[in-house]
Amino acid sequence: MFSRCRVEVALCALLPLAGCGKPSARPPVSPASDTPGVVTSALVPGLDHGLATVDPRATAYYNNADAVVTGKRLFAQYNCSGCHSNGGGGMAPALMDDQWIYGGRLEQIHQTLVEGRPNGMPSWGGKIPDQQLWQLAAYVRSMSLPQTLAAQQGATPSQNPAPVPPEVEQDTGWKPPPGTTNDYTSVTPGPP
Amino acid sequence: MSSSARKKPAAAAVALFVMSGAYAQKVPDPVPAGEVFSAERIGHALAAPTPQAGHTAASAANSPPEDGQWTMPSKDYASTRYSALNEITPGNVHSLVPVLTFSLNVNKGQEAAPIVAGNTLYVVTAYPNYVYALDLTKDGAPLKWKFAPKPVPASQGVACCDVVNRGGTVSKGKFIFNTLDGQTIALDVKTGRPVWRTQLGNINVGESFTMAPLVAGGRVYVGNSGGELGVRGWLAALDEDTGKLIWRAYNTGPDADVLIGKDFKPFYAMDQGKDLGVSTWPADAWKIGGGNVWGWVTYDAELGMLYHGTGNPGPWNAEQRPGDNKWTTGIFARDPATGAAHWYYQFSPHDEHDYDGINEQILLDMPFDGAMRKVLVRPDRNGYLYVIDRRTGQVLSADPYGPVNSSTGVDLKTGRLQVNPDKETRLDSVVRNICPTASGAKDWNPSSFSPRTGLLYIPHENMCMDWLNMQVSYIVGTPYVGAEVHMKPGPGGNRGELTAWDPVLRRPAWSVKENFPLWSGTVVTGGDIVFYGTMDGWFKAVNARTGAPLWRFKVDSGIISQPISYRGPDGHQYLAVLAGVGGWSGAVVSGPVDPRDGSAALGMVNAMSDLPRYSTAGGTLYVFSLPR
Repeated sequence: MFSRCRVEVALCALLPLAGCGKPSARPPVSPASDTPGVVTSALVPGLDHGLATVDPRATAYYNNADAVVTGKRLFAQYNCSGCHSNGGGGMAPALMDDQWIYGGRLEQIHQTLVEGRPNGMPSWGGKIPDQQLWQLAAYVRSMSLPQTLAAQQGATPSQNPAPVPPEVEQDTGWKPPPGTTNDYTSVTPGPP
Repeated sequence: MSSSARKKPAAAAVALFVMSGAYAQKVPDPVPAGEVFSAERIGHALAAPTPQAGHTAASAANSPPEDGQWTMPSKDYASTRYSALNEITPGNVHSLVPVLTFSLNVNKGQEAAPIVAGNTLYVVTAYPNYVYALDLTKDGAPLKWKFAPKPVPASQGVACCDVVNRGGTVSKGKFIFNTLDGQTIALDVKTGRPVWRTQLGNINVGESFTMAPLVAGGRVYVGNSGGELGVRGWLAALDEDTGKLIWRAYNTGPDADVLIGKDFKPFYAMDQGKDLGVSTWPADAWKIGGGNVWGWVTYDAELGMLYHGTGNPGPWNAEQRPGDNKWTTGIFARDPATGAAHWYYQFSPHDEHDYDGINEQILLDMPFDGAMRKVLVRPDRNGYLYVIDRRTGQVLSADPYGPVNSSTGVDLKTGRLQVNPDKETRLDSVVRNICPTASGAKDWNPSSFSPRTGLLYIPHENMCMDWLNMQVSYIVGTPYVGAEVHMKPGPGGNRGELTAWDPVLRRPAWSVKENFPLWSGTVVTGGDIVFYGTMDGWFKAVNARTGAPLWRFKVDSGIISQPISYRGPDGHQYLAVLAGVGGWSGAVVSGPVDPRDGSAALGMVNAMSDLPRYSTAGGTLYVFSLPR
């Protein structure tokens, strides 16, 4: 968890026009509403940019080749691969595509790992050391990077995960990295 | 780790490459024909065929005269799925038309059989397991009631192979079915309200329910799924009136848990001994060893016996569980009253290929070695069609009906499957072109049998696989598999086949090749027509004597369910089937699954990456009849 102060710093850094440089001028809100936590919905009322939080713990896992390689190993050891396969899914959704149900930022993936999700994703918070959850999040984020996809040889993807570049986090977590695409689902041809 | 600014153009170029390659994901080449064994080489029988000794049919006790209804998925206790109705014939079937469609409001794999009783048609859907009752006496078959059992959503996370349900049964004024989250529920057919609901399964240990409960003799027989999550398999008997648990028989562990006692007389030495459910495993591995009952349970009204298969041992990585792994991948005969085991036969001791032993068993009286024998016929996942004396558990014949190279036949002296050492799965290397594939020469989707033709109509697969064992740790409630599998088409490239099998002569009478694996059941009628569905969405009729195509209709999604035939309130013959592709084989459509990962859906996607080009997900009831 991070403090209210840190959240406000983050908000101020990203939303200079939102008026949060003057906390005293904001309408009174309940303490709960004042600490949004990790945003896992793309719909954030009242803002034209939904990037509401930055978890400083995520920083160390960008541009971090060790994190994705370790995450890959943990992904098999904790049986993540039993449901998500090598990113293509099966019992659970695919992770190598461009669809992020609960957001694809590292902090959002980490949050999903900690909390679990209602349609069958187990809650791993308190079960796996937090550092490993971040490494898993980095590997999961890496699966759909163009560099990782391009490294696929044969029918098994995600074997050479690229480090997660920080610029993929410039969006809110529901789009591919700027300037890239992973858009195989937009067009499905008919039978040959 | 170069700077982001320098990386962008390269990333964009890479992205284009990825995009253009998206649907270039190819279905692998078929396994060469020379890699599988001939039926002459690996098929065996204890005696030469003696067709003159009598007519093959189910007994009247197990297959009563046609009443025009379809009250249980298997049609009758014998599991013939034979409808004696004969208004629809090879001469008029070409004019068959859809007369009713009904949206199930669920776009996941629909594996259930529609049920018809008392002029009402019942359907249970895939998760969230809605039950619909439609009034066939009224114009347009309006809804009588809908019941939503509201299974806990997290149960979707322990369903190995789509969130399917294989159907319910009407008995004594109740519609009885299972929910994905481990409940068995009996609904009052008049009101749709629960008479009782019993929670037997626990998703937090990985248990789910997908099978159709069997209702017979005042009992409801229910088994658990979870062979891919280290769930210890069991079969339970509930009181039909109250839902109370009467007995539960585990399929691993000490004899006391397995309900093995003084009545247990397995035919072969390999299945005899004390506490084999413990001693054929590494220490304590039986506690997480699978052997689930997610397929067909069959009641023998004639001999007063219950037969049920057991699923694969866990994990798939067989190197982690040396031993025969009793009582997985076999078949039990049990006393319906007490659950006490009478005999057992293990199709695939120490299974190395996920050959669950849960397929249907069809109870027949059949000529063998000059006399009529009471047999059960089992087209097993391991590729052999077994004819078993159902009084004793002795295998009379075992012949391949699909591509087989993982074994070299069944030794009929010892009963033991002869495993091909070249296809034993390993940690240190990928073993290629293993046939049949993990989902078997056929999976759960049931065959039918016509007493008019004496033929069994087997909907099956023609697929093989590459397999690499992986070390896996058991974490409660998560997958316990330990294998990376990539499936591929079998010899010839057709991934499916409908085979009309003569169990007496031990050979196919005819067969029809299909592009996709056949994942629907079959129904055969008194008009000598076989109906079945395909994963690319065709509902088809072929001549039961020749296999000649007679009629087909394109439905809105692929078919992986169990078609039925019934007599409507107007006295006319109808066909009913659910469309809605999914299941293990169709997960690439009902997913979300990414076809670029061949290992996805336990390796099935490697062979099915083109299915999204042929079918979308759906969920619709279709009813057909001759035009009026």
